Amino acid sequence: MCLGIPGEIVEILADREDLAMVSVEGVKRVVNVGLLEDEPLAPGDWILIHVGFALSKIDEREAKASLEWLTGVGDAYTDELKALAESDIQ
Amino acid sequence: MRFVDEFRDAGTARALATRIAALCEPGRRYKFMEVCGGHTHTIYKHGLEDYLPETVSLVHGPGCPVCVIPMGRVDDAIAIAERDDVILTTFGDMLRVPGGRGSFFDSKAAGADIRMVYSPLDALKVARKNPDKRVVFMAIGFETTAPSTAMTVLRAAAEGLDNFSIFCNHVTIIPAIKAILDSPDLRLDGFIGPGHVSTIIGCRPYEFIAREYGKPLVCAGFEPLDILQSVYQLLLQLHEGRCEIENQYARVVPWDGNLKALQVIGEVMELRPHFEWRGLGFIAQSALRVRERYASFDAERIFSVPGVRVADPKACQCGEVLKGVLRPWECKVFGTACTPETPIGTCMVSSEGACAAYYNFGRFSRERVKEATQA
Amino acid sequence: MTANWAEEAVRAHAGAEHLTREEQVLERIAKARARKPRIREERITLSHGAGGKATHTLIEAVFLEAFRNPLLEPLEDGASLVTEAGRLAFTTDSFVVSPLFFPGGDIGDLAVNGTVNDLAMCGARPLYLSCGFILEEGFPVASLQRIVASMAAAAARAGVQIVTGDTKVVERGKADGCYITTAGVGLLDRACTLSASAARPGDVVLVSGPIGDHGITVMLARGELDISADIVSDTAPLHELTAALLDAVPEDVRLLRDATRGGVATICNEVAVASQVAVVLDESAVPVRPEVNGASELLGIDPLYVACEGRLVAVVSAECADDALAALRSLPIGSGAARIGTVRDDPPGLVLLRTSFGGTRIVDLLVGDPLPRIC
Repeated sequence: MCLGIPGEIVEILADREDLAMVSVEGVKRVVNVGLLEDEPLAPGDWILIHVGFALSKIDEREAKASLEWLTGVGDAYTDELKALAESDIQ
Repeated sequence: MRFVDEFRDAGTARALATRIAALCEPGRRYKFMEVCGGHTHTIYKHGLEDYLPETVSLVHGPGCPVCVIPMGRVDDAIAIAERDDVILTTFGDMLRVPGGRGSFFDSKAAGADIRMVYSPLDALKVARKNPDKRVVFMAIGFETTAPSTAMTVLRAAAEGLDNFSIFCNHVTIIPAIKAILDSPDLRLDGFIGPGHVSTIIGCRPYEFIAREYGKPLVCAGFEPLDILQSVYQLLLQLHEGRCEIENQYARVVPWDGNLKALQVIGEVMELRPHFEWRGLGFIAQSALRVRERYASFDAERIFSVPGVRVADPKACQCGEVLKGVLRPWECKVFGTACTPETPIGTCMVSSEGACAAYYNFGRFSRERVKEATQA
Repeated sequence: MTANWAEEAVRAHAGAEHLTREEQVLERIAKARARKPRIREERITLSHGAGGKATHTLIEAVFLEAFRNPLLEPLEDGASLVTEAGRLAFTTDSFVVSPLFFPGGDIGDLAVNGTVNDLAMCGARPLYLSCGFILEEGFPVASLQRIVASMAAAAARAGVQIVTGDTKVVERGKADGCYITTAGVGLLDRACTLSASAARPGDVVLVSGPIGDHGITVMLARGELDISADIVSDTAPLHELTAALLDAVPEDVRLLRDATRGGVATICNEVAVASQVAVVLDESAVPVRPEVNGASELLGIDPLYVACEGRLVAVVSAECADDALAALRSLPIGSGAARIGTVRDDPPGLVLLRTSFGGTRIVDLLVGDPLPRIC
């Protein structure tokens, strides 16, 4: 029920601007983007899809920031492991 | 899959797990509630508990909109569906929820026209294709789904469809969280906040939890790393003596929510004075119904339903599981009289129910699983 | 259902004391699951056709109960018959797919390939098929001719002959166009005995290619969802693949099954229970096309349960696994073959999935039917 998936806008339908063709891994689906009418939407944007509606536009900057933090944690961990392996314990 | 796979990296998970363990005070046990059924599902589906120290336990909350529907409302929906000229459309999750005398699935086998849909817009399609039938959409869900239902009603109104209506069982999350906070049985250290509900209502509505109850809440995404990072953020807050609302899911959740969605809900629906929640009893101002001006789309006005309050079976302890007081396996009928094939209560039926998640995915002790999966 | 179905269910398990330790509850569940299945429903539901728990209960509690004999009891894809002329494999199948025509094939292709595959999974050389048609009054002859042309082509490709048949016509409104039932006979001229109960700890689980293509194709072809994708059904005869595998490693194949209704997950569960072993699958090793993954996410289903019509699962000994994989990959139909799991001794009767995230969860038999009338 909370099932929300990210999808990429492929085109906004010409005759109905509250509808967009969205692609999820190459699977195309028409999604109602009426709840995002206050936001500029264009092909290439990513949105969160839930029961046939777009609920939110994915903020790519925030996504990048999130990933950078996570990768940072991962790298720090790998560094620590490396340091541990190389350290001289007497 | 973009925005999905990156948040499933196992290496990062191990790193986070170490950081999480490092933040735990020796000798202290932590209890965090994940409110949202979708989070319960993710936790079990990906085996997330394997990454948390023994001292951190996740308690499953009432954020499963199927789970909180009382049996009487299922009976009402079936009463509508059993009419010859009605087609009842519903999300798949509702099909096997037991009412007083059986589920939608049983009703369907006995001849009622009940069809599964993936979107309320699919229900509109059914209505257009069947002008001689009355199509009713079983509307369930928290604030995540209410705007979609509302948009569909507006669409139906714009098209002048006169054979479409909704049976509105939308509920709101804040009263449920408040019921948990006010419950004397539970001592929680913090909350993993709902992810998709927050895309609609934003993060401000949770501020009272920190301010008045002194518990931190981190709004979390649905990928495994999202949840692990949220647990990390909660522990960090406790470690640093902070108590705040944080948004881990900022790539999707806007702090102020979706104004258009809130407007659309307000246009079509209003709060009921009170509504019965399975296991939590009657809660004021906690559910939505269709406004007077959209009465022709309100199944409750169009059809007279029994409206009988059906008590949960005596043996059913869904209420306590929903409040996080009982772990699924602690329920007296878990796994014996109540199984996914023969459910007694909703927690065992919904794909987001704690009992279903535990039985279907997590039902094995961590030690034995670790032994079995050692490469 | 009677009004006190819940009380009756609880009474049926009366005397079960309230256990307080998780391990005790899990042990009790294991015992309950091992008990003889009983059919509780009064009517057939779609779940009974899904290939999951309800199907298994129906087969064991109704059909096996009535027909029980040593040849039927193994419940493999086909029966192995011993005659003076030699050993024969004998199988039957029925096809109710909707829609009848879909990308990659039609009901006719399924009928021939499906029957050929059941025989191939016994290790047999498929020889002769029968086919019975149940046609709806008003069904276009041109459509029937299309279906029959597909069957002829498929039979030629598989080297089998359709040698007998039957036709019935029922009134408009029944049979949804066309239903086909088949029976097949093949020669068991190999010494091998293949059985779901033959798996041993250490064995390896192989799959012959990407999973879920057929089920998803048919779901999308129904046209009820506004989803389109470049996926076609994987319907194909597998007898050459099984022959190549059995030629390469004749002593080391425990079991062959084609992954139809219920998918790979169902086969693994059947093996786990019949052999009383654990099957541990590696999520990142299971081949799934991105489009099948995407469609599955959109529909909320798990590709492990989705039907294929041209893929097999093989359980082979550890020593020969590399040769077995090479044999599968030596044919175009097996080019996507992969090693997806191993057999352990503990926990017996269960299938575990090591998620790509590194956690572990159970993969149980399906409850309900997410994708009706797929084959």
